[in-house]
Amino acid sequence: MPANWRRLALLAAAIGMLAAAVLPLSSEPTAGLLSRQALLAATLLTAALYAGAAFVAAPLSIAASFGGVALSCAVTLALLRDATIAGYAAWGFWLPVLATWGAAWLGVARLAAVKPHDKTASRIVDLAIPLLFGAFIFYLWEVTVRGFGVPTVLFPAPSVIAIRFFASPAVLWQDFVQTFVLGMLTGYVIGCGAGFLVAVLAHRYTFLGRGLLPIGNFVSALPIVGIAPIMVMWFGFDWPSKAAVVVVITFFPMLVNTLAGLNTAGHIERDLMRSYGAGHRQTLQKLYLPAAMPFIFNALKINSTLAFIGAIVAEFFGTPTQGIGFRISIEAGRMALDMVWAEIALAAIAGMAFYGFVALAERATTFWHPSYRT
Amino acid sequence: MTSSTVSTARPAEIAWHPAVGRYAPIVVIALALIAAWYIAAVLMNINLVRNETPYTTAELIAGTLNAERPLLPAPHQIIETFADDVFDWPVTSPRSLVYHGWVTLSATFLGFLLGAAFGIILAVLIVHARTLQKSLLPWIICSQMVPILAVAPIVIVVLGSIGLRGLLPKAIISAYLCFFPVTIGVVKGLNSPDPIQRDLMRTWSATPGQIFWKLRWPSAVPFLFTSLKVSITISLIGAIVAELPTGAQAGIGARLLAGSYYGQTIQIWAALLAASLLAAGLIGLISLAERSVARLMGAH
Repeated sequence: MPANWRRLALLAAAIGMLAAAVLPLSSEPTAGLLSRQALLAATLLTAALYAGAAFVAAPLSIAASFGGVALSCAVTLALLRDATIAGYAAWGFWLPVLATWGAAWLGVARLAAVKPHDKTASRIVDLAIPLLFGAFIFYLWEVTVRGFGVPTVLFPAPSVIAIRFFASPAVLWQDFVQTFVLGMLTGYVIGCGAGFLVAVLAHRYTFLGRGLLPIGNFVSALPIVGIAPIMVMWFGFDWPSKAAVVVVITFFPMLVNTLAGLNTAGHIERDLMRSYGAGHRQTLQKLYLPAAMPFIFNALKINSTLAFIGAIVAEFFGTPTQGIGFRISIEAGRMALDMVWAEIALAAIAGMAFYGFVALAERATTFWHPSYRT
Repeated sequence: MTSSTVSTARPAEIAWHPAVGRYAPIVVIALALIAAWYIAAVLMNINLVRNETPYTTAELIAGTLNAERPLLPAPHQIIETFADDVFDWPVTSPRSLVYHGWVTLSATFLGFLLGAAFGIILAVLIVHARTLQKSLLPWIICSQMVPILAVAPIVIVVLGSIGLRGLLPKAIISAYLCFFPVTIGVVKGLNSPDPIQRDLMRTWSATPGQIFWKLRWPSAVPFLFTSLKVSITISLIGAIVAELPTGAQAGIGARLLAGSYYGQTIQIWAALLAASLLAAGLIGLISLAERSVARLMGAH
């Protein structure tokens, strides 16, 4: 964005902040900003920071806009604690929110344009941008839901969800163990392990491989989650049926990817191993498996999301009275949406942590691969 | 199955013909799997039949393969039920698999269209705005870690409260699941032209619009179709699964659910077969579109 436009936008944001002091905060009778002195001071300071950010150079300007954004977030959240504003917010409230949105966007855009020479610095910037962005999305969610007074049964604010999340650790832990540890993790380990072993066999015996690869490719495109009701029928309501679904879901992507990876080793490398007089076992260990590593990790990543979906879907067909999927459907039926969202947060955190763990393991074991050396 | 190619071909031809060398392993493995299925069906169902009438082993085995509610139905039972459900009922009857398949398919298509359009728009925005690439892309990846199926009941509740029912909530769940591969694939595709080619466009003083339509977009098309194939099967899965928590009355998911409530195993397997055929057909459709687009764009 050209510098002039950015300057104009930041000045507009500063004016937007000042509007809070003039326009009514709420459609209900309430005390204006002028009679709330601490908040008024913070608002004026924010406006000053935005206006200042319009005229100083990049590092200082970014700091000033984010400082202003933080202050104005605090002001608007403090205003929402007033029962005469929450649910009845008017332009005096929404204009600062919009101004803050604009300022935050400009700040992130400028941060994204920064290209530090230092490697750690650039990594910090790369991490900070999505974090700031995400934090601001949560702020907007909170302010919108509470400012408009959206009923909790429809869409709870993040703060309500967080309170529920930290207030019920026992239930969440129980569901986590049931769905994630027992159902998903067991199935994931067995399914990926079996897929890997069969792939190694199929690679050893070419005939088997040539037959299995097209079949595996076909099956991994099928909606396999549909076997969930059958597995529940075979293995009962408890976690073994969930693990069984996950085993079947994870088996084929692992088989296909590992087989593809084992086949990437080139002629020259194979000839080299043969000229060293390496047996099949040694060749497998030193050549085929390392070459297949990126593919195996690719399958592990794909499977981490698939497995979670499978474990949760299987719970729709019958569970003992615990588990993430079970809790969500029960609580959604009771309109206790804060608990539902707490479970979703749990699932998201667990899923991300698991994916992150796989990604870290990949980085630790395949650091030599070209895709990591750039 | 193409088993006839193997039986009619003489041994000398097997060694020569490349098609035989290619398909023989597939056919053999597939036949082995079917044989294993029959054996498993006998072993798993034997307890169901043993208490009833049969006296000889042959009768026992015949009983296991024709049980009414088997633990594992034999392939011929599944195909029989499937054919019965597809052909013996009028397509408007709720007993017809064609009817259920259509309900699921329409949600799949709508979800796929929404998801693909959203995915492409997102990819174009991400490629052109560095801020979005840095701030949004990590969250898009994170969004796929959220088990959306867990969210499905809420999506239904929230959308239902603003008056949206029926097809659209299912399609939205499908769309959420299937936009991701499209976004990732198209971002990769739009970034795939060499810097040399982009420099060339610049030396011709091409506008950003021209660079997009004449260079970036054509090179993204192959990536787009690869992603679309992945995402249409995901969309089908989304549509089926979205029917589960919503207590849908029609659709393949509803069929699975009803089968599991009433212990109708053969019905579940027939619905699974229908879903598999739909998936294969949808992928075939995309491949067809891919080939004709490639021909239009001048591929040989």
